[in-house]
Formats: sequence, C-alpha cells, structure tokens
Amino acid sequence: MPVLRIPTPLRAYTNGQSDVSVNGSNISEALTDLTAQFPTIKPHLFNDGGELRPFVNLFVGENNIKDLQGVDTPVRDGEKIMLIPSIAGG
Amino acid sequence: MLPELSHEEILRYSRHLLIPEVGLEGQRKLKNSSALVIGTGGLGSPVALYLAAAGVGRIGLVDYDVVDTSNLQRQVIHGTSTVGKLKVESARDKLLDLNPDIQIDVYNEPFTSENAIRIAQDYDVLIDGTDNFPTRYLTNDVCVFLGKPNIYGSIFRFDGQLSVFYAKEGPCYRCLFPEPPPPGLVPSCAEGGVLGVLPGTIGTLQATEALKVLLGIGDPMIGKLLLYNALDMSFDFVKLKKNPKCRVCGPDADIKELIDYEEFCGVPGHDHEEGSAGAGWDITAKELSERVKSNHLKLLDVREPHELEISKLPNAVNIPLGQLAGRLTELDSADDMVVFCKGGTRSARALELLVSAGFKKAKNLKGGINAWAKEVDQSLPIY
Repeated sequence: MPVLRIPTPLRAYTNGQSDVSVNGSNISEALTDLTAQFPTIKPHLFNDGGELRPFVNLFVGENNIKDLQGVDTPVRDGEKIMLIPSIAGG
Repeated sequence: MLPELSHEEILRYSRHLLIPEVGLEGQRKLKNSSALVIGTGGLGSPVALYLAAAGVGRIGLVDYDVVDTSNLQRQVIHGTSTVGKLKVESARDKLLDLNPDIQIDVYNEPFTSENAIRIAQDYDVLIDGTDNFPTRYLTNDVCVFLGKPNIYGSIFRFDGQLSVFYAKEGPCYRCLFPEPPPPGLVPSCAEGGVLGVLPGTIGTLQATEALKVLLGIGDPMIGKLLLYNALDMSFDFVKLKKNPKCRVCGPDADIKELIDYEEFCGVPGHDHEEGSAGAGWDITAKELSERVKSNHLKLLDVREPHELEISKLPNAVNIPLGQLAGRLTELDSADDMVVFCKGGTRSARALELLVSAGFKKAKNLKGGINAWAKEVDQSLPIY
C-alpha cells in the first residue's frame, strides 16, 4: 500500500496520524481511500465540485503530481505520497 | 570595485578567509552586499544574527511590533531587558554589539503594498521571516517584480519549510501555492504554537542560503523545497518547477503590480490573536462577567484540551474547534451561548460554523480567555 504523509495542520483530521496507509494504484484512488478512512479531512482537500483545492500540493517521490499526470499519477506499493501544506509561521 | 577590509575586519573574519570558497574576495563581496530581513521574530532572529556576524555590509530590518515576553521562547535576538522596546531597535542594538562594522537600517512599519518597493529596491536579497500569508504573498510578488531572490522559510509547530524562490532562474512562491488556504485552515503560531528551536533551525538555513546567494557559491535551493520535521528529524527534499500558469511570473501573468494582500488572503497581515467576530457578534469580557450571572448562559470553550490546564472558565463545555462540526448535536441551538478560545480567533470561526448551523443566539468572547484574565479575573494567567 502507498503511504500518505500527513502534514501537522491536517493531523487533527487523521486522529493525529502522520503516515496513513492507503489503498489505490493512483493518486485519485489513494485520496478516495484516505477520505473514506477520515471523512472530515475531505473538505480540506477538495472543493464542492470534487476537485483538489489549489493550495493542496501532492508529491510522489520528489515530484509534484501537477508536473506528472495529476490525480491519475500512478503510485506503487510502499511509495510515499507527501501532502505539502501552506504554513505561514515565522 | 569591492571595498577593502581593515586589519580588524581581517581578524574578525579570519575563519571565513581560510575557506577557499569565501576567501578575501568573498568577504569583500559580503561587505559590499545587502539583505532585507522582513520580520524580526523567530526566523528573523537567527537570520539577522548570522548575517551580521558573517559581515553582510548592510542589513535592513522590517518590523512594527514591540518585544513581548511571549516572544523570548524563540526570538533570541531580543532579551528580557528589551521587553516593551521596538523590535527593530532591540534587534539593531544586538546586531551592532555583535558587529559594529556593518550598517543596520531599520523600518519600524508594517511591510505593505504601499511601502514594500521603496523599502526593498536597494537590497540584494529579501529574506522572508514573516508570520502570515498576506506578507508572504507580498514578499514574493515584490521579489518577482524587482527581480530579487526570496529566501523563504516558514514554520508551524514541528514542521519547517525552506526554499529560494527566484523567478529569474526558477519558480516563485505562487508557482507552488497559487492561492492561500482558506482563513482558519492553518492556525498561526499564536494560535497553534511552535517549538522554540524550530525557527532557529529554519532561520539558520535561510541565513546559509542567503550567504550562498550573495557569495555566488554552492547550489542554492532554487527549484527545491526542504520539508523538515523536528519530531521525526526528517529532511525531505522535493523538486519545484515553474508553473506556466503562474499569475505573477508565468508567460501570461496578469498580476503586474502589488495588490491588496489582506483581501487576497482573507486574513490580516499580522499574527496577533485579538480575535473578533465582527460587529454585533462579539461580547466583551466585562459584558460577559455581568451576563454570566444568568443561569441560562452556556459557555463553549473551543480550545484544545491541553490548553485547559493553563486556564479555564467554570461550567464551560469543551469542544475543540476541529471537532465542532461533528459534535453539534451535543449543543442546543436555542441556548444563549458564548464561545471562547485563547484570544478570540478560533472562537470567531466556531461562531461562523454555529450561526450557519442555526445557532442564532451565539456570541464570541472578544479577546478570548486572555481578555477575561486581563479584565475580569486576574488570578488566571495570560498565555
């Protein structure tokens, strides 16, 4: 299973878990499984039309899925998907 | 022509002069260079200290705040003796004590669309040590328009980010984050807290990148983002690419001048927690102290459970903001209710949620339990 790395601001919606194992062979399926496991995280990732919000950045390995195949980007078993948050503290 | 170094300066910088990548010429470059540090807080403290120690000839400091006791857990450029003093003056005195041979320019004003170009135009690099989204977007856009590198660092609790956004050679901040998150999704450090040493780690890395850029050595973090987590001691690097649709640095950019960043982000350009829900929705601590005598008034505390160990109000129900949407059935929408948190920001968001769910009689405690501790019950601590 791929592993989704959850940033600190969103861990409130994953029972504090930093790494969540998800089922799926691409980003779309992985996120569907994440939101099935933790429904309250959904509005933070998707807009009302079901599209990923513009401030949500997902990286597979070193690469932004926007530079790959978007939510169709394939993910392998054990691969790390990083959710990169906007944070502003200084 | 690069400036010469005095004998005293040669002695001061001797450890730099011994490194071939810096040497005498590099040190003269640093003496000739300038850096603008935006914010003299958690990140700005180590950045300014190390740039001053390294001999960057001119350092600008932008801040409009005064030193507060709650800053000293992480803002190491200030001290107990400078509490209440202007931050830029407190920082300047410390830097000139560390290195009297450099020039410190202070700007005791908020960094805004009106003054940003004037302040920034004569500096070689800008260092983003701000604490809020509006000023981060402003700093980015200023750097894009002036063609300067933006040495970016950002922190939250145990997480840190670092990059060099330089639109001439790579992506800008907006390429990665075209839009800010909606207000309320990402708590500020005043609301969510931060490990004191975290800005030390990230700020020191920002200073490192600034020196590399000014010296023209090494491989700066252009097109790369570092994600640091202090709990895991993990350093992850990802690649960043220019976004062809970027509204400020892309080929079809439509933002050609500075905008209203507070409007763009929907939040104020500072990280003070003096939350208000707006006219008609607030109740002051004094007013609450009168009304709390009524038995019908319900108090809803939306802070995290560990904050209750610091201070609490008797008979208040605790439902953390993040859980409120899922626990509305525990509350009665017919009740007269006052919602509070530490400073009034989270409770203002809770109030929005409650009102949209039909709780028409709810109010927000302006200034939160800290205002209560200040104005009504001084036996409670302020945090």
